[in-house]
Amino acid sequence: MPSKGEIAIAGLGQTRQGKVYGRSHMGLAVEAVELALADAGLARADLDGLLLNPGIAWGNAAMGSFMLQQALGLRDLKLQSTMNLGGATAGAMIQHAALAIAAGLCTTVACVFSDRPLKAPQEQHARAGKREGSAASYAFARGLDAVYGQFGINAMYALVARRHMHVYGTTQDHLGAVAVAQRRWANRNPAAQLHAVPLTLADYHASRWIVEPFHILDCCLVSNGGVAVIVTSAERARSLRKPPVYVWGMGQGHPGGDPSETLVSGAPLARTTAFAMAGIDARDVRIAELYDCYTFTVLVTLEDYGFCAKGEAGDFVAAGHTAPGGSLPVNTGGGQLSSAYMWGMTPLAEGIVQARGEAGDRQVPRHDVVLVSGNGGLLSTHTTLVLSPLPS
Amino acid sequence: MSAGPTIPRPLPEHEGDLAPFLAAAREHRLVVQRCDGCGMLRFPPRELCSGCLSTAASWREVSGRGEIFSFNVMHQVYHPAFAREVPYAVVVIKLAEGPKITSNLVNYPVDRIRIGMPVEVVFEDVSADVTLPKFRGRA
Ligand SMILES: [Zn+2]
Repeated sequence: MPSKGEIAIAGLGQTRQGKVYGRSHMGLAVEAVELALADAGLARADLDGLLLNPGIAWGNAAMGSFMLQQALGLRDLKLQSTMNLGGATAGAMIQHAALAIAAGLCTTVACVFSDRPLKAPQEQHARAGKREGSAASYAFARGLDAVYGQFGINAMYALVARRHMHVYGTTQDHLGAVAVAQRRWANRNPAAQLHAVPLTLADYHASRWIVEPFHILDCCLVSNGGVAVIVTSAERARSLRKPPVYVWGMGQGHPGGDPSETLVSGAPLARTTAFAMAGIDARDVRIAELYDCYTFTVLVTLEDYGFCAKGEAGDFVAAGHTAPGGSLPVNTGGGQLSSAYMWGMTPLAEGIVQARGEAGDRQVPRHDVVLVSGNGGLLSTHTTLVLSPLPS
Repeated sequence: MSAGPTIPRPLPEHEGDLAPFLAAAREHRLVVQRCDGCGMLRFPPRELCSGCLSTAASWREVSGRGEIFSFNVMHQVYHPAFAREVPYAVVVIKLAEGPKITSNLVNYPVDRIRIGMPVEVVFEDVSADVTLPKFRGRA
């Protein structure tokens, strides 16, 4: 394990995100790497490691990282892998890069995600009449599920959310409070897709259902785009263009079992490792960038990091603690619900921006300890990062 | 394929690991898998037991009684065959014997479904050779 502050993030590249057409998933990945290198003041030849989290549009890209290496014209890499823990992959890529750098395998690693699930209007027209549903919904249809009309990950998370409502008294207002708080952050983030759209709790209740208990405003904004993050040693990062963002702590937790029974994510496991490395506890966290595929996921994650007791996250959010001006700013760019869904790169990228103090109108004044979470599957995989602008 | 009244709901395939389940359903019996190694009941069927890793399993009839463990209400149409059925509920039943099974309730308003509701199996003949277990409320 690297020690606290031994590894740093030196570059961040984000393409435009949302209804972005005209580039392929590969083109978006390349653009993100170019932006991250420019941000760090590095050249392609400075990279000796490449990790890729391929989104849906990559298909079954077991060799995706090699394809990306060829597209980027990278030579003589010392570390490479295609990784997939769903939404926990972004954090896992940073961790693999940090471990490899600390072990001396390589020095400078680009961690990359891109996806292009949205089709341009003309592409949709070509597909009209073939209403076989989304690829994602069929990928998750198991056994008899489709026979009974159970399609897609939204429907699966809805079953877990309903259990949380039953066991802990979580309400539809609590879910809505998450959507409203994050929209208030998005209203301060010009890059957010819903930057200009205010949201009240009444608007939330009036929005259409997808699958109860989820309105459309409980679900993340499926988006096209790419994000890349450059990881290197803290020593090297200090000589580069941007102030380093130090990796204070990192951990993973993959609980197994049935989350609809436990109503617990992998956060308690991942947190223990990461907080011990960083030498902090939950009270030290100034900003939390939490994986928010659904409003519900934010509630579970708040509880599982110990920001409130189990079952009390709904009241915690409804009291305004996570909104602008609250005691624990959460998903300060609007998150996946109101900005863009780049899997685990959404919370990671915003965590880097906040740690650097580059967040403009939405900058949180105290940003010395930033928590970033990733979550994949059905609360199945989890990664934790603790980031800071301070070396220790 | 165009949206219209002739689009059938997806049906399970008779081949594969669900075949004994579907054969039993045609006889109006509800069965789940039972691990021959440790006796644990499981559903849906799997190649091996996640408890003892045994690949030996048989099928055992269960009472068909249980309670609603969780449910959702589908509004979005993911498959054209369901376009005329939304909003409909997908329910997860916790059977009295332990395993959970995904299904639908028959003739029950979606806004009255509650977790913990006691239910029992009924069998719906959906085609000449497919019968599906569904559930109804019981006192
Ligand atoms: Zn067994």
